Amino acid sequence: MASGHMSVEEVKKHTRIYWVIFSSLLLLTGVTVGISYIHLPFTYAVILALVVASTKASLVALYFMHLISEKAVIYFTLALTAFFFVFLIIIPWFIPWDFATH
Amino acid sequence: MTHAEHTHSGHHEMPFWRKYIFSIDHKVIGLQYGITATFFLLFGFFLMILMRWQLAYPGVEIPFIGKALTETGALTPDLYNALGAMHGTIMIFLGVVPMAVGAFGNYLVPLQVGAQDMAFPKLNMMSYWVYFVGGVVMMSSFLMPGGAAASGWTSYPPLSVTANNAQTVWLLAMVFLITSSLLGSINTIVTAVQLRAKGLSFMRWPVHVWAQVATAFLLLLAFPPLEGAAVLQLVDRVFGSSFFLPSGLYIDGAKASVAGGGNPLLWQHLFWFLAHPEVYVLILPAVGVISEIISTNSRKPIYGYKTMVYSILFLGFMSFVVWAHHMFMTGMGVTLSSFFQATTMIISIPSVIILTTLLLTLWGASIRFTVPMLFALAFLPMFAIGGLTGLPLGLTASDIHLHDTYYVIGHFHYVVAPGTLFALMGGVYFWYPKITGRQMNQFLGKLHFWLSFVAINFVFMPMFLMGSKGVSRRLYDQTGYSHGAATQSWNVIMSTAAFVLLLAQIPFLYNMFTSWKWGKKVENDNPWEATTLEWAASSPPPHENFPTPVEVYREPYSYSPTSRKVRPQFSQQEA
Amino acid sequence: MSVQIPYIDEPHPVTGVTNAKLGVWLFLASEVMLFGALFSALITLRLGVNDWPHGYDILNVPLATLNTVVLIFSSVTVVMAWASLKMQNLSRFRTYMVLTILCSFIFLAVKAVEYGHKFEHGISPATSNFYAIYFVITGLHGLHIIGGIIVNAYLLGPGSRMWKTQPERFTGRIECAGLYWHFVDLVWIFLFPILYLL
Repeated sequence: MASGHMSVEEVKKHTRIYWVIFSSLLLLTGVTVGISYIHLPFTYAVILALVVASTKASLVALYFMHLISEKAVIYFTLALTAFFFVFLIIIPWFIPWDFATH
Repeated sequence: MTHAEHTHSGHHEMPFWRKYIFSIDHKVIGLQYGITATFFLLFGFFLMILMRWQLAYPGVEIPFIGKALTETGALTPDLYNALGAMHGTIMIFLGVVPMAVGAFGNYLVPLQVGAQDMAFPKLNMMSYWVYFVGGVVMMSSFLMPGGAAASGWTSYPPLSVTANNAQTVWLLAMVFLITSSLLGSINTIVTAVQLRAKGLSFMRWPVHVWAQVATAFLLLLAFPPLEGAAVLQLVDRVFGSSFFLPSGLYIDGAKASVAGGGNPLLWQHLFWFLAHPEVYVLILPAVGVISEIISTNSRKPIYGYKTMVYSILFLGFMSFVVWAHHMFMTGMGVTLSSFFQATTMIISIPSVIILTTLLLTLWGASIRFTVPMLFALAFLPMFAIGGLTGLPLGLTASDIHLHDTYYVIGHFHYVVAPGTLFALMGGVYFWYPKITGRQMNQFLGKLHFWLSFVAINFVFMPMFLMGSKGVSRRLYDQTGYSHGAATQSWNVIMSTAAFVLLLAQIPFLYNMFTSWKWGKKVENDNPWEATTLEWAASSPPPHENFPTPVEVYREPYSYSPTSRKVRPQFSQQEA
Repeated sequence: MSVQIPYIDEPHPVTGVTNAKLGVWLFLASEVMLFGALFSALITLRLGVNDWPHGYDILNVPLATLNTVVLIFSSVTVVMAWASLKMQNLSRFRTYMVLTILCSFIFLAVKAVEYGHKFEHGISPATSNFYAIYFVITGLHGLHIIGGIIVNAYLLGPGSRMWKTQPERFTGRIECAGLYWHFVDLVWIFLFPILYLL
């Protein structure tokens, strides 16, 4: 419960989690920077970078933004947004380029 | 509320500028939106009258005002282009959307859910003023050297990126208008969801509230990509980047000096990602308004309320995944065309369901032919014509022939002009007693309706024929082509009808202004015997709408099946 | 004012959230779509050319890594600021809020150094599409940082007077400001690898 009434002990427990998340985020930042120095083949580099970034983003969203215990109305909004976001992101793969080179 | 007795005189006399200019009362803001949007609608209409003169009498001096516009008194091709771009922009972004969403949404949603105001009153005020600034900036584009933005309301690059500076102003104005819409839509959703009166479950929402909430979600999620695209185009224009400019671009036969590497189709995708949902932003509030009017005046519940609600939601959802049917002719490929062709056919299903439920509501009803009802009844066939003529455009094969012809113009104007605008005009007649406590004059209303109804069909119906003959939508003078010359006489009819349509608005405006003071006073707060919550408030409603909280006892549109007696949502009695 | 808006400081019994919280999430939803469009543009441009540069070759990875750490830290401090209020500790809230704002300024300063380097070498959005999208996305992100600074500074300064009169509502405001700030962090979490590391 993020917005409800929490006891001081509960909040304290939360704050400990925040610092754990913080160290995980630092660790993952190190990982993603480290990977970039290896110069993997492009496809693998992209996949790895996005996996790490998504993990970090999920940690932030779930714990700092309290999405792990949020209400249905928020989930609904975000699910809708995520769905249309996917459409936005797949646009580029359907844009032809050959007219530019002819 | 504990201090109910204070509420009537409690907030003393606010100074004029707090009460009417920088007001945070959703009703005043709604009226501000309405008045501003009316001005822009008339202005946009006026631009079209100038263009229609040119179309009917190419190169002939415009009577009275022509000399003030150009040297010869006739429109120049450049000015014609600018007027076309500004007509579209003004009508959509400064006229119809602010009217449908800003005015009707703002005024009615809090009342219909039984709230005292919007959830965020100051944000509401801000959204109006951001819109106002956007409107002023957009108008200032006319003052730019070289004339107003002339790249069409769609602003396709490379044309728009290489156009004169007015285009930069257009983009800046769009950023303001989009921001305003975003603020407004957040407010609408939160108000409708959070501030519902006791007993008002979601399935007791009036259809108008559903429509406004669906619209708000469209604005919320579809507008930002255009804002992003506008920023990219702005950077292209101001800082010389090439997001939308391809390599090897030739302008006027010479190689353009651009960095290149961009793609103009990216703009089209991002633009239509907004602009197709935008079509439903235009139509959904109208459906909401029409539902209220039809149910009230036929003394019957909406036939299939739930079907209607689900159709609206499905329509809103699907409107996000049909955008590329505007781009069949760009060579985007068969896969994509087939996908969007299929989704376009699917989206026609909920539209037809909505129309059918409204039509079936009339079945066995005891209809009262009031002025708002006339507009609502006209809306049904007009919207049907607009919608059904869209199907050939959604199929790639027929779109090849019809794309960018007058057929397209006829199609979407049938949806927006005799569709949405008629609905909104009906809405003005319908809620006028609530806003002012007085009725509008019925005779002038009927005059306005019949003149408009006949004239508007003479304006847009010939467009289908002309488009089928292949006349392109952007021609300054079509007589230069044989197929254009053959259909030129229709242009005279259409232009005359457009002028009659303009005149037909005079009784409406006269009626609207004079009835404010001299209209017949309503004898009670629910003159139409409607069922929804706004009719529980006094007319006009006080600043806090409902001095004592209202409670909801039943679904909307409840009428006794035998006596047709009204059973309002806010009344405990079964009537 | 006699107008009373309910569910400002207590959650709605059915939806379980306050008005502001629903509002801020809706706003963030629109922000997702805004940045989504820009990422979409980035991918489009990248797919269109063969000679797209590697970010690590032409951008300053160590500085960006520093900025990543700074932003992540500020995300913790802003959520700790909220937790401090939950524990009724206003002075600790102040400390964390000051830290958050400090981090935002460090971020902007580092960004300014980065931009400065580019401008010195005559690099602008017109140089190439890589730089164009780099400047637009990081610039827009920078504007969001500035917006966050303004909001957080207000809540630290004059806005905090609300703590005395309506502590619940004030805590809610900090939570909402925090949500926004986490989102700004979240955008950067994706920006960093996509622009700098690939």
